[in-house]
Amino acid sequence: MSGLAARIVVRRPSFTLEVDVAAQPGEVLAVLGPNGAGKSTLLGVLAGLLRPDDGTVRLGDRIVTGDGVHVPPHRRGVGLLAQQAMLFPHLTALANVAFGPRAQGVARQEAEERARELLAAVDVAELADRRPAQMSGGQQQRVALARALAPGPELLLLDEPLAALDVDSAPAMRSLLRRVVKDRKQTAVLVTHSALDALVLADRVVVLTGGSVVESGPAREVLARPRSPFTARIAGLDLVPGEACADGLRTADGLVVAGLSAGLRDGESAVAVFPPSAVAVYNSRPEGSPRNVVPVRLAAIEPHGDVVRLRAAAVAGGPAWVDGLAADVTPAAVADLGAEPGVELWFAVKATEVQVHAAG
Amino acid sequence: MTRSRSHTHETGVALPALLWVPAGFAFALIALPVVGLAVRADWLRLPELLLSTSALDALRLSLETAAISTTLCILLGGPLATVLARGRLGGLRLLRSVVLLPLVLPPVVGGLALLFLLGRTGLLGRGIDVWFGVTIPFTTAAVVLAQTFVALPFLVVSMEGALRTAGQRYEAVAATLGASPSYAFRRVTVPLVLPGLASGAVLAFARCLGEFGATIAFAGSLQGTTRTLPLLVYLERESDVDAAVALSLLLVVVAVVVIAVARPRGVEGLR
Repeated sequence: MSGLAARIVVRRPSFTLEVDVAAQPGEVLAVLGPNGAGKSTLLGVLAGLLRPDDGTVRLGDRIVTGDGVHVPPHRRGVGLLAQQAMLFPHLTALANVAFGPRAQGVARQEAEERARELLAAVDVAELADRRPAQMSGGQQQRVALARALAPGPELLLLDEPLAALDVDSAPAMRSLLRRVVKDRKQTAVLVTHSALDALVLADRVVVLTGGSVVESGPAREVLARPRSPFTARIAGLDLVPGEACADGLRTADGLVVAGLSAGLRDGESAVAVFPPSAVAVYNSRPEGSPRNVVPVRLAAIEPHGDVVRLRAAAVAGGPAWVDGLAADVTPAAVADLGAEPGVELWFAVKATEVQVHAAG
Repeated sequence: MTRSRSHTHETGVALPALLWVPAGFAFALIALPVVGLAVRADWLRLPELLLSTSALDALRLSLETAAISTTLCILLGGPLATVLARGRLGGLRLLRSVVLLPLVLPPVVGGLALLFLLGRTGLLGRGIDVWFGVTIPFTTAAVVLAQTFVALPFLVVSMEGALRTAGQRYEAVAATLGASPSYAFRRVTVPLVLPGLASGAVLAFARCLGEFGATIAFAGSLQGTTRTLPLLVYLERESDVDAAVALSLLLVVVAVVVIAVARPRGVEGLR
């Protein structure tokens, strides 16, 4: 398993991409950014489909792009899973997955055996003899994932792999990616718009805006404490780490955050996620339906577009994990609450607003 | 298959009524002459006329040369179309215009041009005659060359269109899977453009079968060697009109069979 280290400069009439990205062996790096930030250009350069104006791409101890060096895509060992499955329409699912190994000279029987194993690993073993036209979008994307893994790529590029899926098949594909990419320690670069994808799938995150990296760090930190406006807009999520349990998530201090945790095993490392807009703020402990009510001390008040973001810190003797949680309220509410840094408040969140995801 | 989908409930958008009139005339212009041919035919003498030695010779020669020419079109035109669609050279647009030349050139001019290139005193013909002792004009090889010349653009245009429609995205995917350009071409590009190639081949075959002008100018009209069906039809028209009509009907039948075999993706390949 090899790591990735890339420094890339691409000059285009409209913008200049100038980035430095790296992924340790077995690590998943998420690249977040708005449209036109240069994400696809970055992937194109890593795959060898584009030549940068300047820079170096190092895979393991091989330089695949650099001074006068340009290893063509088919000799790089860089796999690609894009938004569209792009399965070869004239081949069955099995032949699609066996394509990579066959292209590298693996005997047909062995290639098909490997393809069958991979189709089973992505839960579509029964579709082996179907052609792409006879599969749903979600099924096609699973086969495409198996196909991308089949040649055993040193680096896997995931270009918004969930963006084209409908709301019903995206969550299943997300947990599948987690299982076959992250858990198997496949070095990967994931381009996405979704903070959730980055949180569930990636170890580290870089945020790309206007062609350069504006933020980078461990996924959970960057997404919970965004420093750039873009990250704040798409992420700025409230995250609570812990273990999955029947009612939601159990934090390190034993408190349960009630939430929806479909499909997780008890005790599995997880994170509870909810948007700051779902947090209601009270002066005194509220009586009512919200299942999650915690005392906090107000640490900071940040203007945030049309709303005001209240940033929490732990109160003495209260749960420590509230540190950094955010609540979005209207300016009028801030006045009504008499909120100023240092006061003690109560945050309340309905359990239905809290999603518990495997993470870490 | 989308073909079997029922359209009974689709109302769609109505056609302007006025279109039906010129459309009807256009159809009549194509269909009625064939009817006229069938009416004029002497059906009782038909077997005798079609089974004459000269007719059988011409039919055999026509089918053989058209088949060889179509094969040549595929072997030469396929790679040419790929270069035109995918190549990254300057001047490809000029090259494409040249490739379309036989489409717009009167065939007899093409035949003369071939004669001046490959004739015994021609630009290349002299060398071929001197070095190899081979004379091309007025041989079956000349028939094949003339047919290939006029039919090549049909295959190239049809296949280049298919290549452009297919785009290069699948080839890029193949490359990320480790496929070399030649492996990707064989296993991905060719299967993807096969319908376009097939429809191009059918058009080329039909064009070869009907070829007259270039053939008579470059290959002459020798029974059994260069006298294909269209040439025989033209010759018989002078002496035995019944025979000319019978042979014409035979060409119509062959054309209908070609369309039937190629359907639906061949001739209607643009869908």
